[in-house]
Amino acid sequence: MSTAPTAAPEDFFHRVHTANSGRRALGNRALNVLCVVLALLTLIPLVSIIFLLLKRGLPLLNLDVFRLLPPAAGMSGGGFGNAVAGTLIMVGIALVLAAPLGVLSAIYVNEYAPASRLAHAVRFVAKLLTGIPSIICGVFAYAVIVLATGGFSAWAGGFALAILVLPTIILTAEQALLGVPKAFREASYGLGATNFQTIWRIVLPDALPAIMTGIMLAVARAAGETAPLIFTALFSQYWMQSIKEPTASLAVLIYNFSTLPFEHQVNMAWTASLVLVIFVTIANVMAQVIFRKK
Amino acid sequence: MTTRIQAQGGLKVFRRGPDLFRILCGVASVLTVATLAWMVFEITHQSLPAIHKFGFGFITDGRWVPNRDAFGILPFLVGTSVSAFIAILFALPLGLAVAIFLSEDFLAPPIRQFIRFTVEMLAAIPSVVYGLWGIFVVIPLVKIFGQWAVVTFKGVPILGTLFAPPAYGNSMLTASLVLALMILPTITAISRAALVAVPATLREGSYALGATRWETILGVLLPTAAPGIVAATILALGRAMGETMAVAMLIGNSSRLTSSLLSPAGTLAGLLANQFGEADGLQINSLMYAALVLMALTLLVNVLGEAVLRYTQRQTAGIR
Amino acid sequence: MEPSTASAASPTESAEPRADFLKVTQFNFHYGKKQALFDVNLDIPQRQVTAFIGPSGCGKSTLLRNFNRMNDLIDGVRHEGNITINGHSIFDPKIEIIALRRSIGMVFQKSNPFPKSIYENIVYSLRIAGQNNRRVLDETVERSLQGAALWEEVKDRLHDSALSLSGGQMQRLCIARAIANRPEVLLMDEPCSALDPIATAKVEELIHELKKEFTIVIVTHNMQQATRCSDLTAFFYLGKLIEFDRTQKIFSNPAQKQTEDYITGRFG
Repeated sequence: MSTAPTAAPEDFFHRVHTANSGRRALGNRALNVLCVVLALLTLIPLVSIIFLLLKRGLPLLNLDVFRLLPPAAGMSGGGFGNAVAGTLIMVGIALVLAAPLGVLSAIYVNEYAPASRLAHAVRFVAKLLTGIPSIICGVFAYAVIVLATGGFSAWAGGFALAILVLPTIILTAEQALLGVPKAFREASYGLGATNFQTIWRIVLPDALPAIMTGIMLAVARAAGETAPLIFTALFSQYWMQSIKEPTASLAVLIYNFSTLPFEHQVNMAWTASLVLVIFVTIANVMAQVIFRKK
Repeated sequence: MTTRIQAQGGLKVFRRGPDLFRILCGVASVLTVATLAWMVFEITHQSLPAIHKFGFGFITDGRWVPNRDAFGILPFLVGTSVSAFIAILFALPLGLAVAIFLSEDFLAPPIRQFIRFTVEMLAAIPSVVYGLWGIFVVIPLVKIFGQWAVVTFKGVPILGTLFAPPAYGNSMLTASLVLALMILPTITAISRAALVAVPATLREGSYALGATRWETILGVLLPTAAPGIVAATILALGRAMGETMAVAMLIGNSSRLTSSLLSPAGTLAGLLANQFGEADGLQINSLMYAALVLMALTLLVNVLGEAVLRYTQRQTAGIR
Repeated sequence: MEPSTASAASPTESAEPRADFLKVTQFNFHYGKKQALFDVNLDIPQRQVTAFIGPSGCGKSTLLRNFNRMNDLIDGVRHEGNITINGHSIFDPKIEIIALRRSIGMVFQKSNPFPKSIYENIVYSLRIAGQNNRRVLDETVERSLQGAALWEEVKDRLHDSALSLSGGQMQRLCIARAIANRPEVLLMDEPCSALDPIATAKVEELIHELKKEFTIVIVTHNMQQATRCSDLTAFFYLGKLIEFDRTQKIFSNPAQKQTEDYITGRFG
């Protein structure tokens, strides 16, 4: 052991023990607290929303609301069976239109001609479509279907939702295809398979779970949207007879009932919100589960 | 050698004719691209009568009176911009705090996971449910705040104007607050990605120079992630401008231009949501024109945001 | 609060070099359940270059990163034993970790300049300590860059982005940044592993210069580098210090068979 005199640690680290080190440590701690407080602050609205959904939505929630028609203004009882059906049907229409278009576009972009002008255009358009407000999709559907056919319809609503979810499907499908190892393709080509055989037998099966994730996300998104529906599908008090007539949806029902001066209708809006949030959450969770499996 | 293989002929069996699947995929791609072009064309086409009649005056005119065929969107344009701006003002500090919180190790991973789940949940709640919640929670709160603010800030410059009486519940402030909540997940997600993309070596370098955690965050991590955070803000701005239902349910949908945040106001998206269902004649064309303006505005903001984001990704690629 | 200390010179600068400037005593280190260092004892002399060599995962970097307690940033680590610097335990709760790291500079395997200007990179540690006096900053930049043999190359573009430098220049900038604080010790974690031979030669030359002022500990994979620029060499294997001696002795006549096997390239 050396015989050098042992100074106190503060002396040794003298140069750095400047006057402000205490202040710096304090500032650090203060910002720690501030950051945690701000982060926890975001919890309050969510807790409040969930609390109200349960408190005001649960009492009316029973199987009847899925069987019965909406109560007329000021009436009690009833349900929103037609709105649930309408939402499901319009989301279905949106998927039937957008899923093949989106997935095939993604295949072209990623498998056939990744560097082509068309591929760049598809990616660019998909990005732009993501940023377009949902109501503009409604305006578009209004212009090409409602004005052309002269009436509001489930078909117009589904078309608007299809435009809305198209970019989600393209972008997630492209990511899914990108995730397929290049070695799989090379192995397949190496065995003499054609492009189509490689895509159909090797690439798509491997990418399918991730593509399904994108589609489930699209379902969640479409089910919750109101804006594209209010002047395309409009609303209906009755069960749907054909996709060419105005159709009820959960989202529009919530919108319509939320501002009515009748307690029962407002509670029904909360119950419908609860159902919608549960539906959207299930779709989101399914998307995650499918994705994790892979 | 070549001739022998060709002579066998078996190898050509898959190559017969064009690749139909490729053509199918190509057609889908063309349709996708055409969709956007079709949208722009159709909405422009439908708004032509209004464009011919009002020209650029449409944007600078402050009156929207359908039964007199007077259509100007200035108040809605202002409302769209102001509500989005105020929403950013609230959401940026909060969203950034959450993003920092999620990318640092302040608390145990389970708590971080929980906050992350919370933010994802916020993103999944439909707009119309935010509207419903806003009606029953935010409007009463803003009313109470408004009554207090009107008295407190009376005669104070600027604040007195922003919080001028009468204090309504359906107001610019209510809509902006709920909007802030709705764009929070966007800001958090993109900012968090930008923060996580900062190479760990930079963080270590800063700690090794004797920086505290927050000196590292403020001095190195945030500046490095800044372009990504700017992109997040721009994209969130675009989202806020296009957000429809919650705003339409909360802002009061007034076409009067006022300076008070406690007064009802209107946004372009809200205007479309409220009037399309029952519109006819020139009003339809004018609404189409308004939609065109909204689309142009949001496209512009989004292209800008994407450009910044792409620039960011190239920058961080350089650091790595 | 302590105005008297602001201008005082370092008590260690003028004194005779100390033979156990960095002293490691019975040091054990664990990442969770995995033990990375076993009973390490080591005296590192002042103002000399000590090289840590050994195969990957032998614990040499782990020990290096303990000297400035960078390992504190990792969850679930723990240690036994002690490390002292000039007689003071670095684990003393009275010592602020910030202060410790400012007295012990570190240069990393991959150069990590902040995406700021060359100038701002160097004054970063001064600025965070509240030093914003333009003259002090300017002087520090020139002294540090000269110390890192980079001044001539960059003096006309101090306000350009640090990312515009070449790989070798970036690493020397990181050295300049590390010595801006006038630390006592300079830790180098394989500083040349990402550099080409010419840039490596420059950094090694620099190490020779720097040892006049700083106590240097360098982790290296490159045995030629250890022979070229270190005074002492410590050989680690599987978390144990196998041998520690003058570099010349280690490479010409090692006492341990494992050391000999390693330096003659039989493993690692």
